[in-house]
Amino acid sequence: MKIAVLIKQVPDTYTERHLRANGWADRDASERVTDEITERALEVALKQKDADKGVEITVVTMGPGTATEALRKALSMGADKAIHVQDDSLAGSDALMTARALAASLADAGPDLVIAGNESTDGRGGVVPAMVAEALNLPFLGPLDSVDVAGGSVRGERSDADGTTVLRAATPAVISVSEAVGEARFPKFKGILGAKRKPLAVHGAKDLGFAGADHAVGNLVLSASRRPARTAGTKIVDDGQAAGALAAYLVAEKLI
Amino acid sequence: MTNILVHIELTENGAPRSTSAHLLAMAAPLGTPVAVAASKSGNSEALVSRLSALGAAEVFIAESPEAGTHVAACAVAALASAMAHYTPGAVLASNSAVCREVIGRLAMRTDSPVILEALQIEQRAGQLVASHSVFGGDYVTESSIGSGVPLVTVGSTGAHPLDPVLDAVSHVVSLEVSTAASAVVESSSPRVANSARPELRGAKIVVSGGRGVASKDNFVLVEELADALGAGLGASRAAVDSGYVEQNHQVGQTGVSVSPDLYIAVGISGAIQHLAGMQTAKRIVAINKDADAPIFDVADFGIVGDLFAIVPALKEAIAERNSVTAGV
Repeated sequence: MKIAVLIKQVPDTYTERHLRANGWADRDASERVTDEITERALEVALKQKDADKGVEITVVTMGPGTATEALRKALSMGADKAIHVQDDSLAGSDALMTARALAASLADAGPDLVIAGNESTDGRGGVVPAMVAEALNLPFLGPLDSVDVAGGSVRGERSDADGTTVLRAATPAVISVSEAVGEARFPKFKGILGAKRKPLAVHGAKDLGFAGADHAVGNLVLSASRRPARTAGTKIVDDGQAAGALAAYLVAEKLI
Repeated sequence: MTNILVHIELTENGAPRSTSAHLLAMAAPLGTPVAVAASKSGNSEALVSRLSALGAAEVFIAESPEAGTHVAACAVAALASAMAHYTPGAVLASNSAVCREVIGRLAMRTDSPVILEALQIEQRAGQLVASHSVFGGDYVTESSIGSGVPLVTVGSTGAHPLDPVLDAVSHVVSLEVSTAASAVVESSSPRVANSARPELRGAKIVVSGGRGVASKDNFVLVEELADALGAGLGASRAAVDSGYVEQNHQVGQTGVSVSPDLYIAVGISGAIQHLAGMQTAKRIVAINKDADAPIFDVADFGIVGDLFAIVPALKEAIAERNSVTAGV
């Protein structure tokens, strides 16, 4: 079985993150990390590989040159090969353009299963996995809290504020996972050494049939401004009366 | 006036989901709000009257037998058909899991641009402009589209509902939907919700508990305070990971983002990822035993102390006040 996992490099949520005036993430302002949810997506694939050595995992990302770091980390965790969609002309792609490029980069590999995270920590739009499914004309299931792949089908549970739904589809299919699928493993020393020798292909816009992509027709950020930081207000140490003081504050501020 | 299509999600028993009223209210200032739903046959008459009661000027219903088992595929087909019928100025949907699939597929299928997680939407010089909260509320952005019909996922809640429409125009069509590339819903189990408690996302007050609450049994304290205030129940990731409360209560970078009038953080240290889900609240109250906890840096009112003493006392103070106001 061939599994493709969509990986994204993002500004670390543990550091302060910044936007440029054009709305693009300022990639130099923060530490770059592999988005945790995409590592969890990879872990779902690695568990399949643990159970069946015949599973081949390709990790795919779209991003600037530095995104190679995320691919190398995924290879060190146990993925077999990597595809990096990288082209200056793709910088500024919106969700739709990104999904088109990712789908095109996957088309030749013909994966049985594509696994993505439910939403990235920087964009949080959560639509790219379904867009990739549509572009590849495949079923989509997600975000799944649990994933069961067996006998040519994939099945899993999705939950939200309204309840729980069990979804199933024949493979090939695209799924996205929630963080409930569990933590990802750490790369082992041997894996880190081996990652350097694993194949990493770079696909440019022209290779994918998107030369001269026109970003002006898509979703465009008009302005980006920093919200003023919050400041600390009253802080009291409880002497037995603090609850009463808080209740009085809530009443005075008409909050209750 | 231009038509604005609103994707209506249906519950198990065929009623519009709670997000519908907000979406219709968001659509009305932009044009004529047209509700679009994919439904099994036999439900349309009831649906038209429920949606006109929510202020839809027109209702477009695509009936297909698979609407309950291939939810997204039928919704995409319904919206694509409605887009051809109405040539709308925009399509609005919620940001639920199903809506994200629906909007994603519809965008790819109809070659339409998306606007994601819109908070407010307005027409400005003939252009649809949406506002967004980025990086957990650190930034505010505005976005628009270059050309085509914008497909919008809406991340806000709580708009004032529209007045009912007495005679909504209805179009009921039957659609054959290809389900060859669609996942099937095997089963659904609605959450047995505490019906008295408001949903976390739209709640005016949110009370959240964190690691400091220390156990699932203790978490009842947080729940009782929430109920005393008529508040939604939230939690930090630490509390969810420790099993104190279900995952759907998680507030933060990788959970629900909330912007209530009042947010009360109980035993939450205030990791940057938690702040990313609640720092746009109008007022923040924090109760924590650690005076150096980062939550105090963003709190309008902070109490350093033992939550196991303070929370019950606060609950009592609120109950006393409520009984006074009620004239008991």
